[in-house]
Amino acid sequence: MSKVRVLVGTRKGAFILTADGKRDAWEVSGPYFAGWEIYHLKGSLADPNRIYASQTSGWFGQLIQRSDDGGTTWHQPGTQPAEAVAPGPPRAASNKFVYDVSAESGRPLATHQFYDGTQHPWEFKRVWHLEPSLADPDTVYAGAEDAALFRSTDGGQSWHELPGLRGHGTGPKWQPGAGGMCLHTIILDPSNPQRMYIAISAAGAFRTDDGGKTWKPINRGLYSQYIPDPRAEVGHCVHHLAMHRSRPDALFMQKHWDVMRSNDAGESWQEVSGNLPTDFGFVIDVHAHEPETIYVVPIKSDSEHFVPDGKLRVFRSRAGGNEWEALTRGLPQSNCYVNVLRDAMAVDSLDKCGVYFGTTGGQVYASADAGDSWLPIVRDLPAVLSVEVQTLA
Amino acid sequence: MIRVVLPQHLRTLAQVRGDVELDIDGPVTQRSLLDTLEDRYPMLRGTIRDQVTLQRRAFLRFFACARDLSHESPDTLLPEPVVSGVEPFIIIGAIAGGW
Repeated sequence: MSKVRVLVGTRKGAFILTADGKRDAWEVSGPYFAGWEIYHLKGSLADPNRIYASQTSGWFGQLIQRSDDGGTTWHQPGTQPAEAVAPGPPRAASNKFVYDVSAESGRPLATHQFYDGTQHPWEFKRVWHLEPSLADPDTVYAGAEDAALFRSTDGGQSWHELPGLRGHGTGPKWQPGAGGMCLHTIILDPSNPQRMYIAISAAGAFRTDDGGKTWKPINRGLYSQYIPDPRAEVGHCVHHLAMHRSRPDALFMQKHWDVMRSNDAGESWQEVSGNLPTDFGFVIDVHAHEPETIYVVPIKSDSEHFVPDGKLRVFRSRAGGNEWEALTRGLPQSNCYVNVLRDAMAVDSLDKCGVYFGTTGGQVYASADAGDSWLPIVRDLPAVLSVEVQTLA
Repeated sequence: MIRVVLPQHLRTLAQVRGDVELDIDGPVTQRSLLDTLEDRYPMLRGTIRDQVTLQRRAFLRFFACARDLSHESPDTLLPEPVVSGVEPFIIIGAIAGGW
């Protein structure tokens, strides 16, 4: 029977939630890395037992953890005694994220716009998102704050920046959002290994068609009142992107305000907020089997980061946007003031499609019927930063 | 034998209990102590000082003999009681820096 493994990153550790295909009885394990902020965990499609985790701390900095047994045991790649004597990358480089400023391959360390409008140097702070390659479990991308994209091809033992993004030239116009100047979304095109999409708060969305060497801003159609030119090429606070594997040219975006879609790989965007009660929010995701069925969780506003009217509602559109229905069965409909952060929603690939999301109040909700009804898997975790799902045979 | 007290999270990472004991050849300074510590426990690289600049991480402090040595030069000799193992070199998280 199929099995589902939900990977949950929180402010104080990671948790792994497992169930069989019925998804009605859950086992909870953790906390892993207790006391640390776990910004993201994600498993490899090529080897589901390979899971990467971003472990970070204001005191001790950034660590990368890896599991090769589905999350039962973990290690920092490259730090084990047996690996230390092996040839290859240096020991303990798994947490060495250094911007490539070399003359041969790098780009100069420029400045970006700071909160106060002055220019500020790029400084590595943490990894927000890990995206394993679709084909190779040892290849994984990392989205960093301050915004840059790194890649490891040795299972996380060492990391190298793809400097064409940071060196795109528009960097001085990028600025931190409330969470920092983070590269938080990485989407790999399953039909084209050379193409990927990333998103940065607050710079916008970018696309590469040459495996990460060069990047193009793809923000035409976005309108953001918080930048001097609301239609500028960069500077938009894109909160999250989503794509369905069967239609890689169709992209969905939750922006700071506005829900958007693109039908041409980001060349142009159209607003599809429609009848949402508010179009501010963080998460957006696509049904596993219905490429026009999408989910968002509207948040009241940019200054009130909680759901409107005290009601936790997922909104679903079966038309790719514009027409939205509130999904409320099983979710609190009074006195609820949680947020759902940008990487905290995911879907499984079972039939019916399972949908999962985590809240800043520590609840992880699951729907085994594509959102029609919800049940909490757990209610009292630390604030949830990320949710990913693995569907296991 | 130098004794080093690590914060709880770094003891967990290094998989040690209690104080860490180090033998250091040559002058005992912050730099030689941390070099030796990171060589023995490579998983701690980057968690106490930056991997590239070797600057102390902002929210960590170094105490010994009831003194704050955080702002001493990394090449200053450590106090004799630390060198002789009478007093530990304490690496401690500042009361800030996290949630």
